Amino acid sequence: MTRVEVSQNWGKLNVMEEKQTHFDEMLSAPDDVREPYRTYKSWFSNQDPSRLKTKSKEAEAFFRRTGITFNVYGQEAAQERLIPFDLIPRIIANREWTKLSRGIEQRVRAINMFLHDIYHRQEILRAGVVPVELIANNDAFLPQMMGLTPPGNVYTHIVGTDIVRTGEDDFYVLEDNARTPSGVSYMLENRETMLQMFPELFSQNRVKPVSDYPKNLRRSLSACAPVNCGSKCTVAILTPGIHNSAYFEHSFLADQMGVELVEGHDLRVVDGHIAMRTTQGYRRIDVLYRRVDDDYLDPLNFKPESMLGVPGIMDVYRAGNITIANAPGTGIADDKAIYSYIPDIIEFYTGEKAILKNVETFRCGEPETLRYVLDNLADLVVKEVHGSGGYGMLVGPAASRKEIDDFANKLRANPSNYIAQPTLSLSTVPIFVKKGLAPRHVDLRPFVLVSPSGIDITPGGLTRVALQEGSLVVNSSQGGGTKDTWVLEE
Amino acid sequence: MLGKTAGCLYWMFRFLERSENTARLIEAGFRIALTRSNDTTSDWKSVVTTAGVRRGYDTVYDSYTAEHVVDYLLRDTSNPSSVMSSVSSARTNARMVRTALTTEVWEAVNENWMAMKDALKAPVPDTELPTLLGEIRRHSALVRGALHGTMLRNDIYDFAQIGTCLERADNTARIIDVKYYTLLPSASFVGSPLDNVQWETVLRSVSAHRSFRWLSEGDMTSSGIAEFLILDKRFPRSLYFTSGVIEENLSYLAKDYGERLACHDLIDAQLTKLRNHTIGSIFDEGLHQFISAFIRDNNSIGAQIEQDYRFNG
Repeated sequence: MTRVEVSQNWGKLNVMEEKQTHFDEMLSAPDDVREPYRTYKSWFSNQDPSRLKTKSKEAEAFFRRTGITFNVYGQEAAQERLIPFDLIPRIIANREWTKLSRGIEQRVRAINMFLHDIYHRQEILRAGVVPVELIANNDAFLPQMMGLTPPGNVYTHIVGTDIVRTGEDDFYVLEDNARTPSGVSYMLENRETMLQMFPELFSQNRVKPVSDYPKNLRRSLSACAPVNCGSKCTVAILTPGIHNSAYFEHSFLADQMGVELVEGHDLRVVDGHIAMRTTQGYRRIDVLYRRVDDDYLDPLNFKPESMLGVPGIMDVYRAGNITIANAPGTGIADDKAIYSYIPDIIEFYTGEKAILKNVETFRCGEPETLRYVLDNLADLVVKEVHGSGGYGMLVGPAASRKEIDDFANKLRANPSNYIAQPTLSLSTVPIFVKKGLAPRHVDLRPFVLVSPSGIDITPGGLTRVALQEGSLVVNSSQGGGTKDTWVLEE
Repeated sequence: MLGKTAGCLYWMFRFLERSENTARLIEAGFRIALTRSNDTTSDWKSVVTTAGVRRGYDTVYDSYTAEHVVDYLLRDTSNPSSVMSSVSSARTNARMVRTALTTEVWEAVNENWMAMKDALKAPVPDTELPTLLGEIRRHSALVRGALHGTMLRNDIYDFAQIGTCLERADNTARIIDVKYYTLLPSASFVGSPLDNVQWETVLRSVSAHRSFRWLSEGDMTSSGIAEFLILDKRFPRSLYFTSGVIEENLSYLAKDYGERLACHDLIDAQLTKLRNHTIGSIFDEGLHQFISAFIRDNNSIGAQIEQDYRFNG
């Protein structure tokens, strides 16, 4: 008996130590549950851990049976893997969400104005707010988009803003993901799974629903259709194919929206429109939600060897006969080098101060900054400007001496390819482990839909969680997991 | 519907049917091996021939033993028609058309694949074989059950049915083609023990040994069996029945789409030919010639459907 108590105290001490460095979203102190989690925590404390363990296994079997998998590049053997799902939800209070969503909306609005400006008059460059060379020498900038206004003047139809938290009121935007953000299918499936496993939780807590996302996505995309599109607008999703890491999501969304899932070889230009090959001949498409990168979109206009795109689609686009979502060339706005200018960009176009904070960013292309970064590698996170998915990055505090030295060489060889950021003390949310609860670092990706009729943000989003103790890398390709994310009603 | 989707549905169900047929062929072969003490090389060889993978097999092995044949047909991923390859191909096609399938059908296909990956990861010992072969057929039946029980009767269903029955017709025809000599009426051999074993094998490889016995009331003759496999209107694996299903589903498509195409004429011709024959006239024409022509025409119908419904652009 005594022993048990000792070990419990020891556990608490551990949490206390953890608490000193990280903001835990559930437990502000070992015995003090934060407000949004109170109802949940008291439910959890009454659960039999072995029942939860069984539920957790059931969820995994469900995911595997339904084929919710993702492919990992460079892993031949495990072609399809499951993203681990943790059954403890991440809970966001209504007032926190209100602030977050206002900040996200402001940011996304500014990004769309920035894109329009960059591809038209470039006022922001003339005003000297963003340096010209940052745009001119950037691969993400598409000269083909100059002077072209997409239908509805919407550039980023779908955005997945990555947000981290470091304290009660401290939210930072980590990345803007204005190209083709993925993960929304996990947001939807995680909720579905929670509803099936623990229906009682949803009668005890008033959680804002997320299930309207596919319907809203379809409506939002249709609202961006070309002007000459008839009363019935045909939407389709363009996927690179079943070997793509996010293929499950592509087919999931097509299914949920009730639209065709097409590949490049299903499409061609017919009478100045994009059309898909059906069993009854070619049928016109008005809006193409493409999950294919810019470079591969049109072999006639971009990479000639691309097999994934549609030859001539850019010409149809220029003629105003197809909506491409997101518009080609949006990468110039979520580039990691542009990122550091976003607060200035927001102020330039909206006249407001940015509501959400940016993480301090060092642009390694600047010689003095590079020196500073090299001197402080052990404390910094260094990322490739165009990288994504957590590939090719250095997490200084977690890296060995040798890894740091190797990275320093890469950095010296091509400094402008990198940016560095201080390591944030990311907030934690507990995950379910053998011993009960254990804090792990999380981030959040809310999903934003943009159309001429407004900006719609699904309450919550995808919470990614680093499953390794102390790890800050939450990417699914690097062993991260996900959680259901709740935004509570008022 | 996308042309590609139609193609994937068609192939998904061809491959599922193939996995089941291959399992049945192995079962029949295995049974011969059990009931006979002498050399079984020619029997295993005919199993490989019937499965249509002789050339591939000969590049891997130089003898026909139970162990090699069973492994090649069950597990070898270099053999595109092995059970493992067929089940994988069926699932790959299903993944590509997931939006066209109900959850039940998709899950049945996915579970089939998971079960086979697990069951076929190592060579299968003889003692496990009967259970495994039963599993293969059971999984295929689950997919078919989900298809019949949950899918709308629309063009999706039509392409699934067409794929299934083209593959099935091809399979039954190849079994007859390989074993046709045992089915030729020959007074001196009728009723000999050897014949009975061979006939039994043929019937077993289409899961018809029991139904045939019921229908023929115990009267086993070679021409009776041939008639049953080719012309029977009730047996779901006969050439007549399967061709009828293809014709039926193609005419639904013609009605739905408001368009008759070249493939409709081909299937009509195939059916008419079967209707105008009796087993006697088939033997007169030559069983082997008749079956060879059927296999060829069946393939052309498949190719024409691919073209008419724009599977590949």
